[in-house]
Amino acid sequence: MTETQFAVDAAGLRKTYGGTAALDGLDLRVPAGTVHGLLGPNGAGKTTCVRVLATLARPDGGRAAVAGHDVVRAPALVRTRIGLVGQYAAVDEVLTGRQNLVMFGRLHHLGVRRARLRAGELLERFGLADAADRPAAGYSGGMRRRLDLAAGMILAPAVLFLDEPTTGLDPRSRIEVWDAVRALAGGGTTVLLTTQYLEEADRLADAVSVVDRGRVIAEGSPDRLKSRIGGDHLRIVVEDPGDLGTAAAVAGRVSAAEPEVDAGSLAVAAPVPDRVAALTAAVRALDEAGVRVADIGVRRPTLDEVFLHLTGGPPRGQDGPAKDEPAKDEPAKDEPAKNDEEVSA
Amino acid sequence: MTVVPHVPQLPRTPLGRLRWAAADGWTLTLRALTHWVRRPEQLAMNLLFPVMVVLMMGYLFGGQMEVPGGDYRAFIVPGMFAMTMVFGVESTFTAIAVDAARGVADRFRAMPMAPSAVVVGRGAADLVDSLLVLAVMALCGVLIGWRVHGGAGAALAGLGLLLLLRFALIWVGVYLGLVAKGPESVMMIQILVWPVGFLSSALVAPSTMPGWLGAAAEWNPMSATVTACRGLFGDPSRTALASGSWAAGHSVLLAVAWPLVITAVFFPLAVRRHRALGR
Repeated sequence: MTETQFAVDAAGLRKTYGGTAALDGLDLRVPAGTVHGLLGPNGAGKTTCVRVLATLARPDGGRAAVAGHDVVRAPALVRTRIGLVGQYAAVDEVLTGRQNLVMFGRLHHLGVRRARLRAGELLERFGLADAADRPAAGYSGGMRRRLDLAAGMILAPAVLFLDEPTTGLDPRSRIEVWDAVRALAGGGTTVLLTTQYLEEADRLADAVSVVDRGRVIAEGSPDRLKSRIGGDHLRIVVEDPGDLGTAAAVAGRVSAAEPEVDAGSLAVAAPVPDRVAALTAAVRALDEAGVRVADIGVRRPTLDEVFLHLTGGPPRGQDGPAKDEPAKDEPAKDEPAKNDEEVSA
Repeated sequence: MTVVPHVPQLPRTPLGRLRWAAADGWTLTLRALTHWVRRPEQLAMNLLFPVMVVLMMGYLFGGQMEVPGGDYRAFIVPGMFAMTMVFGVESTFTAIAVDAARGVADRFRAMPMAPSAVVVGRGAADLVDSLLVLAVMALCGVLIGWRVHGGAGAALAGLGLLLLLRFALIWVGVYLGLVAKGPESVMMIQILVWPVGFLSSALVAPSTMPGWLGAAAEWNPMSATVTACRGLFGDPSRTALASGSWAAGHSVLLAVAWPLVITAVFFPLAVRRHRALGR
């Protein structure tokens, strides 16, 4: 039994359900003590990946070690070191919060006294002390999720899996859960979380793996992923469609690349190397040319854009740096659109 | 904040594994029993339903029913005992299906606990539940004129046969609960369970049914338990209503054999299905 520096170390994971490859050679390495995000649309293979790593499903190929134990050869040992918080708040709704945690503590082979102590400790830590003796059925979505997290933390596990921990939560509950996850990560637990929310990965994760069709198509810190699609973009919106050509010429002068013109929204966009210089020069040139500008600005691409870009959504320009990425040739058709919808929800 | 660093040590010996299994099974039995304490209205409903059926059948139909050598209300009490055991499949099914649908089953499977505990806990709780329901029904039966005429040993043997039937049906409930899409499918179980309950010797003697129907009713596993219990409880009508068929004549044997057959079929199916969850 060797504890490696990687809390999760998976290579070439494969898993097929009824002819469809849910995992198609997925590689994943998560350094101990970090928060890692698995980002991808519905059906990308995120949940299957977590199920394999949490010993709920056997992989058809590849290998994976969690906390130093092989998930296929030593699933029982893996289970002594992990916590799993699935997509549903998997708690007993009839029991109170405290009864739930004592039960899960007992099932983790804590003695009665220690299980009770641990339950009290976790209820306190997750802000559930006041509701501890009420049935979980009466908890709000956020409270139930926190109880769920607490149940996953009984052992103070080496690795905690969170499968879409905030799906279906209102914004306030989501922030409550985020705070809880940050607190866990601060305590040294390695967290692997799956999410469709880019904001969530951006806020919580040290590193992100973008998953599409069962494999990782990009990896890195959220900042690095953003810079991969060209850093800052200048965007000019004009009032008169007749000015689009002039605006494009101006943008072309301050940008190294060919500007992108969107006639529908009267906008011109172009990647720029130096945000301040580009903006100043563009404003001056547009003013001199007498173009009436509705809006102008420089901004970094959002993770949404990175994501759509990498998973084959509508590309933002011909200069996409991800040409060398696999699985880019056939864009996924409905998934990015769905993701858009859910992100804005 | 103090964190308990705790890594459970897996048992290495068969005895150690047995102790884990017993401890985890007991924890989940307690869980099921705690549900009753937290939801007394649910428990009351569970107890009230069979009592209502006994009273309804006994008083609504009883007036027109002639039972040679006995009284209809007393006649149906053992039938209702067995029918309640059969209907218990629904509660086993629902509990298993709810855990699967809510993700609780997955959480259990990702925890360092004995894999058998889920079923052991469920089964133990269901048997305790059955004992309680039988006690309440027996009390109700005594109030409407049912009596045990045989000895205490025979009566206990009858009780044993009823619990044996319930035990066998636990595996049916677990299997169906694992196969079903969700707890809503309980409708399907109800549709399956009602014919078994009524096409039996519980409410009318199969000898009064058309020949083919009577034969089907006599070979119904539940009928074996009912007929055997009538015999063991010393029901006055038992000799007058005997059809003389082999099934009726060997009811105790069948009341033991049927549950064993059901267990032999559904226990491996349930285990296999449970393992298949990991595929």
